[in-house]
Amino acid sequence: MSEFTYLYRGGRDTPQSPEQRQKQLQKWAAWFKELGANGHLKELGHPLETAGMVVKGNQKIVTDGPYAEAKDLVGGFSLIEASDLAHAVEISKGCPILEVGGSVEVRPVMQINM
Amino acid sequence: MDAGDHLFRRESGRLVGALTRIFGVHNLALAEDVVQDAFCRALEVWRIRGVPENPSAWLMATAKNSALDVLRRERTARSFAPELGRFLQSEWTLAPVVEELFAADAIKDDLLCMMFSCCQPRLSEQAQVALILHILCGFSVDEIASAFVSSRAATEKRLTRAKKVLAGSKRLFDITAPADFSARLPAVHRALYLLFNEGYHGASAETAVRAELCREAMRLNALLLKHPLGRTPMTYALAALMWLDAARLPARVDASGNLISLLDQDRSQWDQELIVEGLKFLELSAAGADLTQFHLEAAIASIHACARRTEDTDWKTIVSLYDALMTIRPSPIIALNRAIAVAQNEGPERGLEEIRSITNRDRLAVYPFYSAALAELELRSGRHETAREHFRAALALSRNPMERRFLDRRLGACERDGTPPIYYDQV
Repeated sequence: MSEFTYLYRGGRDTPQSPEQRQKQLQKWAAWFKELGANGHLKELGHPLETAGMVVKGNQKIVTDGPYAEAKDLVGGFSLIEASDLAHAVEISKGCPILEVGGSVEVRPVMQINM
Repeated sequence: MDAGDHLFRRESGRLVGALTRIFGVHNLALAEDVVQDAFCRALEVWRIRGVPENPSAWLMATAKNSALDVLRRERTARSFAPELGRFLQSEWTLAPVVEELFAADAIKDDLLCMMFSCCQPRLSEQAQVALILHILCGFSVDEIASAFVSSRAATEKRLTRAKKVLAGSKRLFDITAPADFSARLPAVHRALYLLFNEGYHGASAETAVRAELCREAMRLNALLLKHPLGRTPMTYALAALMWLDAARLPARVDASGNLISLLDQDRSQWDQELIVEGLKFLELSAAGADLTQFHLEAAIASIHACARRTEDTDWKTIVSLYDALMTIRPSPIIALNRAIAVAQNEGPERGLEEIRSITNRDRLAVYPFYSAALAELELRSGRHETAREHFRAALALSRNPMERRFLDRRLGACERDGTPPIYYDQV
């Protein structure tokens, strides 16, 4: 088993009613429960707010927001266990973010050997 | 405020149940605190803004939000329900999971689940009933003490101990496992039966408190009937017994608070709706091979319920039902009630004979209605002096002013001739 990070991007540009938002959240919960039940969930991670600050460079310049286009904005992350990248990709296809125009970026966790 | 006591009582059980499911049974005290806080907040807000249109939804939302606060604040310091574990740790799932556990269906199950959890075999039946009253019915320590005629300190101690045992169990009772459900069900029946009887025959002088105990037992039993695994012939029999007995409650005490014996009750005051429902339950209880104590007691109650006038009572059948009851669950009290029915059917001398042959008769000595029954039968046999002695003995044992007044009046009746006979309510 190897570890992967799912970076959830976008999926926020379609306006949603509170009811739809709640349904969407329930779908996420159901999806995570299924991942957990199948032993693929290392850590749930968290959703992230859109607004924030970016600290950059030697001068440690602080600016507002990550400036990305809404569709590129990372909206959250989780840690997944899967046998290989193909498997991790396969599992990610159940993610509810795909239903609302978002994407899942699947990235293997790098093992640093010294 | 008209939303008053009952609202909080009803909601208390539901909310503590839901929160305990989320926090884990080891955090029972935390769940109770959160519910108390929600009630305090409600009183503060409602005092100013008035009671909202749907107060229970308001309370639920408040408790839910407090639960989320607690879970966020303490998720590193405390462990919560193990089966929810990490879903409470992440913001991805925290709110939806809590939302789901507060949904209507889940809450209904929480009450059942808590009821089964309270009927832990490690707790005495008395402690189980006290826990049910406290957690599910929202009775305060004082109210429970008054219902059981025990001191506040003793009740508090019993509750604290019981809660510690409950909180020490690994998790709440799992009502989704059919085998476990069926195994625990008789204990739950027993506790509800005790709860009802405490209301119906108990020692508390507060008729209002006692009627409420009956109502709570009925409410919880109705909950059992809604669950596919709880809907057994025995649950139906227990329901029949409760409904048919409860139908007589309005006629048991007159306007000035005097106890009225079954024979003298104004039967037009019996609650016909409860009788009809009770008879329906009795019919439904007839499935399956088991004939339980509840079946027989319900059948006896049904015979009383169906007799328009006291004279129409089918005492012969009642005696045979008591005979059957004695083979299933022999006890001096049942034997006493049987003897009284025999007296109705075959005369006071036969009744006295039956009473004299009760095994373990000495265990009845502390029970006021044993002496009173002897007194009635002696009185009907014309032995006034002996009757007086027994009434005096009964008076000395009476447990509250209502019983005292009742026995006083009967003692007075010994002075007159041709006094009407009295049949004591079955115990």
